Amino acid sequence: MYSFALFNKKARKTMGKIGLIIRREYLTRVRKKSFIIMTILGPLIMGALMIVPVWMASVNVSVKTVQVLDEAGLVDGLLTPNDNIKFVYTRKSIEQAKKELEASDYFALVHIPRFEDNDLNHLQRQIKLYSVEQVSLSTKLFIRTQIEKQVERLKLQSQGVDQDLVDNVKKTVNVPLEIIPLDGKGKSDVEVNTILGMFGGILIYLFIFLFGAQVMRGVIEEKTNRIVEVIISSVKPFQLMMGKIIGIALVGLTQFLLWVVLTGSIYSIFMATVVKDKFSAQNVETILKQSPDGTSVDDIDQIKETQEVIGRVNSINWGLMIPAFLFYFLGGYLLYGALFAAIGGAVDSESDTQQFMLPVSAPLIFAFVMAQAVLNDPNGTMAKWLSIIPFTSPIIMMVRLPFGVHYTELLLSFAMLILGFVLTTWAAGKIYRTGILMYGKRPTWREMFRWLRY
Amino acid sequence: MHGTPIFEARSVFKNYGAYAALQDVSLAVERGSIFGLLGPNGAGKTSLIRIINQITAPDSGALFFDGKPLRPEDVNRIGYLPEERGLYRKMQVGEQCMYLARLKGLSEAEAKKKLRSWFEKFEIQGWWNKKIEELSKGMAQKVQFIVTVLHEPELLILDEPFTGFDPVNANLIRDEVLELRRKGATVIFSTHRMETVEELCDSIALINKSRKILDGKLIDIRKQYRTLTYRLEFTGNLISFTNALWAGAELLEKKQDGDHCTVTLKLLGGNTVNNLFQAILPVCELISFQELIPSMSDVFIRTVQQESTQDHG
Repeated sequence: MYSFALFNKKARKTMGKIGLIIRREYLTRVRKKSFIIMTILGPLIMGALMIVPVWMASVNVSVKTVQVLDEAGLVDGLLTPNDNIKFVYTRKSIEQAKKELEASDYFALVHIPRFEDNDLNHLQRQIKLYSVEQVSLSTKLFIRTQIEKQVERLKLQSQGVDQDLVDNVKKTVNVPLEIIPLDGKGKSDVEVNTILGMFGGILIYLFIFLFGAQVMRGVIEEKTNRIVEVIISSVKPFQLMMGKIIGIALVGLTQFLLWVVLTGSIYSIFMATVVKDKFSAQNVETILKQSPDGTSVDDIDQIKETQEVIGRVNSINWGLMIPAFLFYFLGGYLLYGALFAAIGGAVDSESDTQQFMLPVSAPLIFAFVMAQAVLNDPNGTMAKWLSIIPFTSPIIMMVRLPFGVHYTELLLSFAMLILGFVLTTWAAGKIYRTGILMYGKRPTWREMFRWLRY
Repeated sequence: MHGTPIFEARSVFKNYGAYAALQDVSLAVERGSIFGLLGPNGAGKTSLIRIINQITAPDSGALFFDGKPLRPEDVNRIGYLPEERGLYRKMQVGEQCMYLARLKGLSEAEAKKKLRSWFEKFEIQGWWNKKIEELSKGMAQKVQFIVTVLHEPELLILDEPFTGFDPVNANLIRDEVLELRRKGATVIFSTHRMETVEELCDSIALINKSRKILDGKLIDIRKQYRTLTYRLEFTGNLISFTNALWAGAELLEKKQDGDHCTVTLKLLGGNTVNNLFQAILPVCELISFQELIPSMSDVFIRTVQQESTQDHG
């Protein structure tokens, strides 16, 4: 009983000192202007990243005029223009038309040669696009689709099939191919899983790099300010290192939480003001009731899509995803954070970190690159191995989780990650405590390995 | 003798890989004394100091603080000014002092109270909300000293205390250190510039190439290493002075300006100062007389030389 009380008192004192370090590390960072700015800008940047490309595409107003010389009478007057590309038809000779293309501000010239041997398959290969400027992929695809549509129409016609009939049939064909896992855990949705997996992986990757680098910079700051020896005369170097790592982890969690809250409130304000009227349950009901006699098909499609998206978001197993995200964020961060702390301790200035940064961050970058392959085969051999190795598991597991991972694998991955960060923290602590007292020279890898034995 | 020493090291060894930083170092620091840990750069002084501060652990050997084996909590009773010292440049003075004081185990209220009185004493109350980077180097040094002694350590360890400090602050620190000693603190000075601390020290230890080569009370060491060399200033005839010495003393140096003479001499053949006076007083009028005490660096050089001749012989 007595020894227990003694232990408690001692533990409280040690915790007290680590607590002070955590508090300082946390407060000095959270109070910084850059933290506040990032907290506000984060959701805005995220939103911008999604909205800007769409907006840019729609803003591209320069209309390109494409001249069409149709000697075969294949598409004459039938190509459908869009917002960016208009078609004009010409009857000049091909030489003249080419000259005109150079002289005028037409964007390109489509040449469909004479229909000679009555062979559509031969003709369609002879169609050429002449252009002065570079033709973008999307422009090429658009023109190509337009022409192919006409070729298709002709081919159907020659078989005695009406194009309108085909179009109507196509509209009614829709096989969503719902995936039902046999373990009865509800439906699984590949698209949502892919997006969610990628998003989780990217987030973990960014967080580890962002806050891992902060650990390193913090350690270097203490070294260059020459305060580190003052502090470790009061606390153990390991306590200082852990205090810093934990403090910065809390900063990361705070930032994440604020982003969630901020994005959530922006989302709900958006939903409440902009989307509310259009998609309120009542409104949807009225529109659906009216639909047979009048409402445009577009509206109904939109409503269906929105409801589907909401349904998909609700189908995600958030109860697993969020705790798993927190675990892999913390585990991965602790693993890499300790290594970053060791690098910071070993060098004198940030410019010296390069040679050590690459080997340490290589596994993380590798995991990020492999995420694509894992998405294609979420339960393959490579995916399984990469989710056991602690250096890659945080990213790979976030990618795999939405597709469902057997709990034995998950437990193994958890255990390995815990083991992994205990080991790296131990090794990093050894390198750190020697490194922080060394000034004026950049150690080699060999020296750093030797420090493990001091 | 004042009972148990405040700090004692017994046969301490410390290696960094193949490099031996400390070999068989034993020493005791008496409570209330000023102790000089002297030796050239790279001798092992900082290694020993880091062991006392429990920054590193010895490979073998025993350490005692206040008569008991050194414990982790003892760091709260020690104040340490490292050779590589500094403060967070971007942190405010007051907040930073509070942080460092609390890391030494002071409560928030205690820390605040003590800081206020030190800030008043140094007349720097206006600095509380300034960042260190806004202060001059000399101002930051004052803050550095305050955080070293704020928790009223029983043992104060200053590593190369007078390098990097400007002369005004160096004097201030000297005075404050003596004041703290008067209040009962024990002080360890560590330096390779022996002349800067030797007149302050009661006891010293000389360290060279990871080994302690000499230690003891300053008075005893000086007695042991005295060369019986004296400097005299007198008016009179130098030739009759030299004749009067005859074989009792050897003249090392002489300087004459009219009948004003300054000489350095060494007593020979068991002669005492009294014998010398009896011989010379009849022929000159003495102005001043002073024993030339060996400086610690002289002692150090002699000890090292003795050791190396022993090694080779």
